[in-house]
Amino acid sequence: MTTTTDRPVQEASSTTPAPGGSPRLSDRGLAVAFISPALLLLLGMSVFPLLWALYLSFTDYSATRATGANFVGFDNYSLILGSSEVHKRALTTLIYVVGAVLLQTVLGFSIAYLISRRTRGRGALTTLFLVPMMLSPVVVGLFWKFMLDAQFGVINSMLGSLGFGQVEWLTRQRTALFSLIVVDTWQWTPFIMLIALAGLTAVPNYLYEAASIDRASEWFRFRHITLPMVWPLLLIAVMFRAIEAFRLFDLVYILTSGGPGVSTETLSFHVYKVAFLGFNTGTASAYGILMVLVVIVLAQFYLRYLNKLKEG
Amino acid sequence: MAISIDEAVPAPVTDDAPAARRRGGRARRVIEVVLLVALAVAMLFPVLWMVETSIKENRDVYAVPAKFFNFDFTLQHFKDVFVAQGGGRSDLSGSFLNSVIVAGASTILATVLGVPAAWAYSRFTLKAKKDQLFFILSTRFMPPVVVVIPIFLMYRELGLIDSKLGLILIYAAFNVPFTIWMMKGFVDEVPAEYEDAAMLDGYTRLQAFRKFTLPLLVPGIAATAVFALIFSWNEFVFAIFLTSSQEVRTAPPAIAGLIGGTTVDWGLVAASAVVFALPVLVFAFLVRKHLVAGVTLGAVRR
Repeated sequence: MTTTTDRPVQEASSTTPAPGGSPRLSDRGLAVAFISPALLLLLGMSVFPLLWALYLSFTDYSATRATGANFVGFDNYSLILGSSEVHKRALTTLIYVVGAVLLQTVLGFSIAYLISRRTRGRGALTTLFLVPMMLSPVVVGLFWKFMLDAQFGVINSMLGSLGFGQVEWLTRQRTALFSLIVVDTWQWTPFIMLIALAGLTAVPNYLYEAASIDRASEWFRFRHITLPMVWPLLLIAVMFRAIEAFRLFDLVYILTSGGPGVSTETLSFHVYKVAFLGFNTGTASAYGILMVLVVIVLAQFYLRYLNKLKEG
Repeated sequence: MAISIDEAVPAPVTDDAPAARRRGGRARRVIEVVLLVALAVAMLFPVLWMVETSIKENRDVYAVPAKFFNFDFTLQHFKDVFVAQGGGRSDLSGSFLNSVIVAGASTILATVLGVPAAWAYSRFTLKAKKDQLFFILSTRFMPPVVVVIPIFLMYRELGLIDSKLGLILIYAAFNVPFTIWMMKGFVDEVPAEYEDAAMLDGYTRLQAFRKFTLPLLVPGIAATAVFALIFSWNEFVFAIFLTSSQEVRTAPPAIAGLIGGTTVDWGLVAASAVVFALPVLVFAFLVRKHLVAGVTLGAVRR
């Protein structure tokens, strides 16, 4: 770095700036000086903890025991991979991810399509639809818990006035997971909608004009112009949501705490129970590392695709 | 990708169809509007219900069947959010203050670290730049519950458990990838030629950055910081595992703690949720132009 770096800006502007040193050299120094603090924070708070978890995953360490950690090889991993409890959580997570993301995509895209066909009030409409997405999962979870309450919840109250019986949304095996999917869909449909809308509004007008000159049918236009133009962006949104849904924890924690029984326990929630209620830190670490592997694979797909899209 | 919500309308179907088809078109338009309104009501109802619950008298909160319009109005719940039962400040208001401190400090830290890094990534040719950037973003995808296990152990060693500093650091680390990606997009939009020209005038690269590029980045920095602020403000998982005492606890775990007891004061829950969500909505409205980039962590730009 050159000596001029500490000079106040005002001074630099009033006088002729001092000539810097070799620009090539200072460029390199500058890049390192600018990037390394951020990378150091990430190394300390993301990479190092993960490496530590990787180490712990090969031990029988427990956070509550005073004794140290014994090396147990791949025992934790075989325990996790062979456990029927884990398989059950994996299935729950899969149902949840597929169900929620599918619903969000269909609804989000439909809303975006409907909005994009309006000429007036699009800005206001879009803003209104986006509100759920900006709320904290705590607020969303608590509030839906209140609305879905079997006795005084407003959902049952409305169903009642329509002549339906009461539904125990969060306390029945079958409906609990469904409720979770509904709440997540409510919160994240706007996300898909926002990105689909960005794609829809980017479709150049002349394509539609050309299609209408050719007297192309509405469906043809949708199928051969709209969809291909929006699909790449929509896929980005879907993959993004899938990763997020896979890591879901807070909504489960607040809405159902995994219950009734274990019917709404996602993998994230199970890791939490193993780590912080069972204090099997070593096992939980192995569990976590396996989850991280899944996330890394998903994220790789996502980033590769994103990269392709940006270059294309 | 040059995509904008505000861009021209994508051809709302033109009326070049014959009369018979046009009548069908009108019916269809009505159906579309009705559908849109129905969906909007469904999406907004929970929010409205939350606001309504926060201003209802307690007995109306639990009324069966639910009272939609003819309820008794009160601001007592909002008073309870800030004022303790016997007078003085309530625990919740303390948590809100903690949230302001933690979210604010972590946002400043993430911005101070992230903006220069984003500039460097945008301007210089670096080894494996793309890989570095993808690596940075992928740290943000880690499941929080998994990360929190080693972080918990690490903080226990360092004495950072149950401290604001610990939360600030983890939130900053959580926001730095986002800040770098989001800001890189903004820096890319400022032509590097400005800096080259300044350097021809004798400024150093750093001076050129500070005097010419940085002022142009201010709107982008503001938008990015607002998103980082929202992420930290809303964060729950780290907060609940890494803090426990009233002095440190931020608002999300404090609000979630309201439903821990045997009886739940839903009016208070609703009021505190409204107080908690209001600043987020205001901030989100301010940065609505950048929402697509913001919610995809800067990955999708328009």
